Amino acid sequence: MNWWANVADPQPRIGILVFPGSNCDRDCAYVVEQVMGATADVIWHKASSLPPLDAIIIPGGFSYGDYLRTGAIARFSPIMAAVTRFAEAGGLVLGICNGFQILLEAGLLPGAMLRNRSLSFICRDVHVRVENTATPFTGRCAPGQVLTLPIAHAEGNYYTDPGTLSSLKAGNQVIFRYCTTDGQTTTEATPNGSLDGIAGITNATGNVLGLMPHPERSAEALLGNEDGRLILRSLLDSILSGRYAPKPVLAS
Amino acid sequence: MHDQIITPDLVAQHNLTDEEYQAIVAVLGRAPNLTELGMFSVMWSEHCSYKSSRAFLKKLPTEGPCVVQGPGENAGVVDIGDGLVAVFKMESHNHPSFIEPYQGAATGVGGILRDIFTMGARPIALLNSLRFGSLDNPKNRYLFKGVVSGIAGYGNCMGVPTVGGEVYCNDIYNHNPLVNAFCLGIARKDKIFLGRAAGVGNPVLYIGAKTGRDGIHGATMASDSFDEGSESKRPTVQVGDPFMEKLLMEACLELMEQDVLIGIQDMGAAGLTSSSCEMASRAGTGIELELADVPRRESGMTPYDLLLSESQERMLLVAKPGREGTVLDICKKWDVDAAVVGHVTGDGFLRVKDKGVVVAEVPARALADDAPKYERPAAAPSYQDHLQSLPLDVIPEPTDCNAVLDQLLASPTIAHKGWVFEQYDHMVQTNTMVRPGSDAAVIRIKGTDKALAMTTDCNSLYCLLNPYLGAGIAVAEAARNLVCSGAKPLALTDCLNFGNPERPDIMWQFILAVEGIVDACKALNIPVVSGNVSFYNETKGLSIYPTPTIGMVGLIEQADRALSQGFKAEGDVIVLLGETGEDLGGTEYLRVVHHREQGTPPMLNLDREVALQALVVQAIEQGLVQSAHDCSEGGLAVTLAECCLSAPAGPLAASSRLLGADVTLDAKGLRRDSLLFGESQSRIVVSVKSESLDVIRSFAAHWQVPFVVLGVVGGPNLTISLHDDKGRATTWVDRSCRDLDILWRGAIRAIMESGDRPR
Repeated sequence: MNWWANVADPQPRIGILVFPGSNCDRDCAYVVEQVMGATADVIWHKASSLPPLDAIIIPGGFSYGDYLRTGAIARFSPIMAAVTRFAEAGGLVLGICNGFQILLEAGLLPGAMLRNRSLSFICRDVHVRVENTATPFTGRCAPGQVLTLPIAHAEGNYYTDPGTLSSLKAGNQVIFRYCTTDGQTTTEATPNGSLDGIAGITNATGNVLGLMPHPERSAEALLGNEDGRLILRSLLDSILSGRYAPKPVLAS
Repeated sequence: MHDQIITPDLVAQHNLTDEEYQAIVAVLGRAPNLTELGMFSVMWSEHCSYKSSRAFLKKLPTEGPCVVQGPGENAGVVDIGDGLVAVFKMESHNHPSFIEPYQGAATGVGGILRDIFTMGARPIALLNSLRFGSLDNPKNRYLFKGVVSGIAGYGNCMGVPTVGGEVYCNDIYNHNPLVNAFCLGIARKDKIFLGRAAGVGNPVLYIGAKTGRDGIHGATMASDSFDEGSESKRPTVQVGDPFMEKLLMEACLELMEQDVLIGIQDMGAAGLTSSSCEMASRAGTGIELELADVPRRESGMTPYDLLLSESQERMLLVAKPGREGTVLDICKKWDVDAAVVGHVTGDGFLRVKDKGVVVAEVPARALADDAPKYERPAAAPSYQDHLQSLPLDVIPEPTDCNAVLDQLLASPTIAHKGWVFEQYDHMVQTNTMVRPGSDAAVIRIKGTDKALAMTTDCNSLYCLLNPYLGAGIAVAEAARNLVCSGAKPLALTDCLNFGNPERPDIMWQFILAVEGIVDACKALNIPVVSGNVSFYNETKGLSIYPTPTIGMVGLIEQADRALSQGFKAEGDVIVLLGETGEDLGGTEYLRVVHHREQGTPPMLNLDREVALQALVVQAIEQGLVQSAHDCSEGGLAVTLAECCLSAPAGPLAASSRLLGADVTLDAKGLRRDSLLFGESQSRIVVSVKSESLDVIRSFAAHWQVPFVVLGVVGGPNLTISLHDDKGRATTWVDRSCRDLDILWRGAIRAIMESGDRPR
């Protein structure tokens, strides 16, 4: 447990950010409590500091209506400065869909999102291959395992410059790639035109993950697919291991 | 008050008749000013007043043990147990969607969402029923694409999943597409909010988007037919901002958690005028408004503009005395504009001031409820006999049934709608158990063991050929779709799309269709809890087919028993429940293959329907059924093909295989095309494990439902053989599921991506 953990409340606490226009915040809170057995702490974007947390989820949605550019306005919300400090201190941050886009705009992850190749919103199940299991988000996956996860986005076409792509690859920071059912990465298997089939990446230190597919939508047998649990349970394992507790920092 | 001369021209421009104008003068005891004339013109429009339909709508059964709120409020409410209610309604946005497809459809979704969260319910599902002309026509593709993007743009941003609906294509909708949007929300039974302005002196607040000049006279436009100049009416279409609506919804739902509200209503058609006079009328009070306090986004707006604007994403609410501060605080948190714009009065008048000067003063009740009511003349059209005649001997039986099946599966009405629903976020809120593309969508209700099934249905060609029968079939089929997913139907909402009610043939269609709904509802014991009428769906004198769309909701007590239409496992036995007859009239087969829209639609025996549905609900509840699919457009062959091809689509399917089937039918002297492609009613194809077969057979005997074993699931192909009366079997359909899948799944995408630009 974290150095600041409340002894009376041994459950991990996961913060879920809510921006105006977030719409997967309630879904994430539901899986945090029902699937991970953790406490969900809903955090309003106007807050300037974070309560004690074991991890942060930035949920999907249309923060600020996706006006201007996805995630471009949310990065200026007061809470993002605290999130940046949390990430820099080694805290675990998971950005899903719009959350990934916000992490890119905030500079916590490299690269940018373009509109999907089809120019349309796409909502359907896709397959992704787990490229790196030595991360705090994929410990329960087997190397090269193919997961079925749903996507729902209009801007998931990941792009970055060749230098950054090389360094992502060199650092094993590409965590998920779109693939066929049998794990082949092909152009057709990439639903949105994403560079190198990228579906999810981490930062260099590995504690911040952004991905376009929605693990929280595929975590219950009743909904027909539980592959998302692997990611959520891996995150829980990492929290419980204590290895990813944010380092104490002096109040700024 | 301003002095304005109201000329007969001005009255006509407001789409009011001389008699209606005289009625206004009588109500007021004086001539109205221009502002008041505008207010009456929208409130007394067909769209807002239901003046041609009210007399007939009264016949709809609206009571039942589950009904908490019937028609007359923003939406209907039914009890689903566990202290919860489902709040739902369907509404048309046809005219705006033709003029400006993206914004027309988007604001249709926005409007129906507001109707639901106004009642205190969080919206959890959207469906929509869409009708366009043939997709071979580039203009129709433009409209289709725009409408689908508009629905996606609004619903996705709101975070409400669009989980189902229907798409029909027929050239009758070339110049008048239909966009009917359905929304369902969940509320606590003890926390339902109504549109009532009770309590003299209570503050009236305006919250939401600022008022602009958009959508002025939208309701009047929707109450008129189309002609050459319709596209010039684009400024009457409102512009939607789903982000604003998302904030408005969250602010409203948070307000409703506090004990601050007396009543609330959204500003839909006729905006500030309708919300204020309807809230006052329902409570038997009056409202005084000060227009100077209304948030506005442009200067120079007149009282007329402010009162008639249909700017979106706005709400009017009445707060408890002294609690307006809480309302303003919560709105501030969500960055939503809010202002006190008036108060409730006891004199029954809607009194509107502009900087203290009275600019309109009208009895609220007269405006909201006292529009003239018409029982317009009705008569069967002279062409009806010709339409209903269908000499079968001139229809050759098909020799290549594989080709006919291919043709039907590629018809946009039957083809897979993935191109549509993959643009909709149909999974947000993590409740979607059965995704779009099955008979009904199934949504689990968090915090309970239950799920809700919902569907929309109407075969408008049936309704053209026999409005009574067609409308009855729409109700029966909607219920059958729910039953196939394991649900017991609870209640329905209707969206009645018709032509010009001033034409006797249209009125005849309308009256018969309502009677058809009434009789089917009574037989199936399903009340009507909300609805909408859209008349004047007519362009250049050509009316649409009567389209009484039914949106229906059913309850599944044990969510994990919910079912989807696709076959589940090799070796399962395929059973047809119900009886096939010589029913080719009005079929998709006749329309697509023989280019005839003729005949009498299939007969509907309501007693048989009731028995069939009871049987299937019972069998599913006991876990005896693997899949269930209603037989509708395209008949038995298409139904079987869809069962084979749907295995991978639903998340309930265990794997992503295509599952073939080997089926043999006993001809019993029927035509080949009737057997394969006829649309006899009250039929459901189920697949069952072989060990369950005898139990289901005994259930069927108990309910006296015909029970026929058709064959088994398995193999790569769908094969259908017919036994003639001498016992000889001939295989008429033998197609690989892979080929059928490519055809069925790819048809709409191929047409839409063919690259043509609209003319």
